[in-house]
Amino acid sequence: MTTGVQSGATASRFSRSDLMVVAAAREIHDGEMVFVGMRLPMIAFVVAKRTHAPGAVGLFENGVMRDTPASELLYTMSDPPNLLKASYCGDMLSVMSLLQQGRVNVGFLGAAEVDRFGNLNTTWGSRDAQPIRLPGSGGACDIASLSQRTVVLLEHTRQRLVSRVGHITSPGNGTGNGWRRGQGLPLRSGPSAVITTMGVLRFGEDGEAYLASVHPGVSVEDVLSNTGWTLKVAEDLAVTPEPDAAALAVIRELDPNRFWTKS
Amino acid sequence: MMGITSSKLISMQQAIAEHVPSGSMVLLGAQLEAMIPFAAGHEIIRQGRRDLTLVGPISDMLFDQMIGAGCVSRVMAAWVGNVSAGMGYCFRRAVERSIPRAIETVDHTNLTIALALHAAAMGVPFMPTYTTLGSDLLKRNANLCEFHSPVNEERLVAVRALRPDVAVVQVQRADASGNAHLWGNLGVAIDGARASRKVIVVAEEIVAPEVIASDPNRTLIPGFLVTAVVHEPCGAHPSSVIGYYGRDHAFFHEYHDQTRELDGFERWSNRWIAEVPSRAAYLQQLGEPRAGNLRVREHAFSAPVDFGF
Repeated sequence: MTTGVQSGATASRFSRSDLMVVAAAREIHDGEMVFVGMRLPMIAFVVAKRTHAPGAVGLFENGVMRDTPASELLYTMSDPPNLLKASYCGDMLSVMSLLQQGRVNVGFLGAAEVDRFGNLNTTWGSRDAQPIRLPGSGGACDIASLSQRTVVLLEHTRQRLVSRVGHITSPGNGTGNGWRRGQGLPLRSGPSAVITTMGVLRFGEDGEAYLASVHPGVSVEDVLSNTGWTLKVAEDLAVTPEPDAAALAVIRELDPNRFWTKS
Repeated sequence: MMGITSSKLISMQQAIAEHVPSGSMVLLGAQLEAMIPFAAGHEIIRQGRRDLTLVGPISDMLFDQMIGAGCVSRVMAAWVGNVSAGMGYCFRRAVERSIPRAIETVDHTNLTIALALHAAAMGVPFMPTYTTLGSDLLKRNANLCEFHSPVNEERLVAVRALRPDVAVVQVQRADASGNAHLWGNLGVAIDGARASRKVIVVAEEIVAPEVIASDPNRTLIPGFLVTAVVHEPCGAHPSSVIGYYGRDHAFFHEYHDQTRELDGFERWSNRWIAEVPSRAAYLQQLGEPRAGNLRVREHAFSAPVDFGF
């Protein structure tokens, strides 16, 4: 799947994954502490470090903290290139303690399902009405519970963007504004953005998601017809900025065989 | 050499035979995606253990293999699958269709598994946390109990202590008494070893006690906690052991592709577990070119520290 097709000149220059990586990188501000997570966000962290956020610090739940980006593509956060020249290697609680203190600015997650209030399910899915057991939380529930901002990346389909998740693995805004506080979750924590293959969703004061930007070549109608509830659309709806050459160069250098960023 | 120490060095076969009986609660994969004791897991499968409770944060595809082999009646983990490839098909077959047997899943998060082991390591019944508040994990896991803080107005979750019967911990090097040096990401290895009734250390290298004693800050598992020491080079393949070998990414993806169906898993398991009686035989089957490609290409030694006075 290649985006930018409609605009001709940019056809096949970047993939949807590239666009999502760069959108994710933009969620990282310079100097922030970032719970990096898996897959595309591992690349997004490096892009951010090497472009606009050189002072960002990456935290990994296996016990690794880095203030320089890993030099090679990571398949998992515990791969040797993520340990070499790390700023810190320790145990899980030494990293999770910083998360629980509220010192982590942003955490990245994937999900099988996200709902209109940003709740995530990675425990139970379904296919043809049959339940499918998914791998589970890992550190996702911890990140969603405790980081100041949570950013979710997933494919945009009606099966994945649902009105209400079947199982809350990782809490978003529950049933709306005030729910997190009512559950006892820390103040100044919660969902910030959902970056999909079609656009970027953000959350209003009511705790509900709205469409903040569409990716180049994607129409609002496409987004709405692929969303499992009546998605609100921002009055100042934007088009997600295309990846620039500098960001694409970092992605190509890191993932030369396009293992994570092909489609 | 000082002190009275006796060698705890035994074979993997003996360590599993003596210390991992059926019905045990076993901690494996404490260092997440790195240093997963696959050789130990495969020996557990070969010895036909049943009704194990597996404990770990993720354990990558080792838990999937042990579930597929029918060794497991319960999993207490944050995540079960194949980290770089996706889902674990044996886990799915067991949970969805009771193949080869039904298993109970007790869903944790990485932090709650870490706190459960930390509580046991600290000798207290629980540790408090905010994580899982509002989630369905809290509702469905009886080891997570909401309570009102006795010192302020907050609601918290008590994570019940978890005390495995045995922890199997992969390390870089140990002496024969079990004093172990490990480095890289540590995950829940330190608390896991302290929390467990028995500890099996699986080491890439056995070194003289003087080597271990030269850097006590790196002795993350003291030998007096260790029940048995197994010398098993390449015992964590296909996961990585930093300083010794990298991760065999393709091996994880091949397993994923080949085990979508039950008969595929059985073929894989026969080839890589049942028909290879030892890790040495496994490595022979893996072949030197593949093993060689994973070895350290460029050493990166840390600067020595000075314990002189």
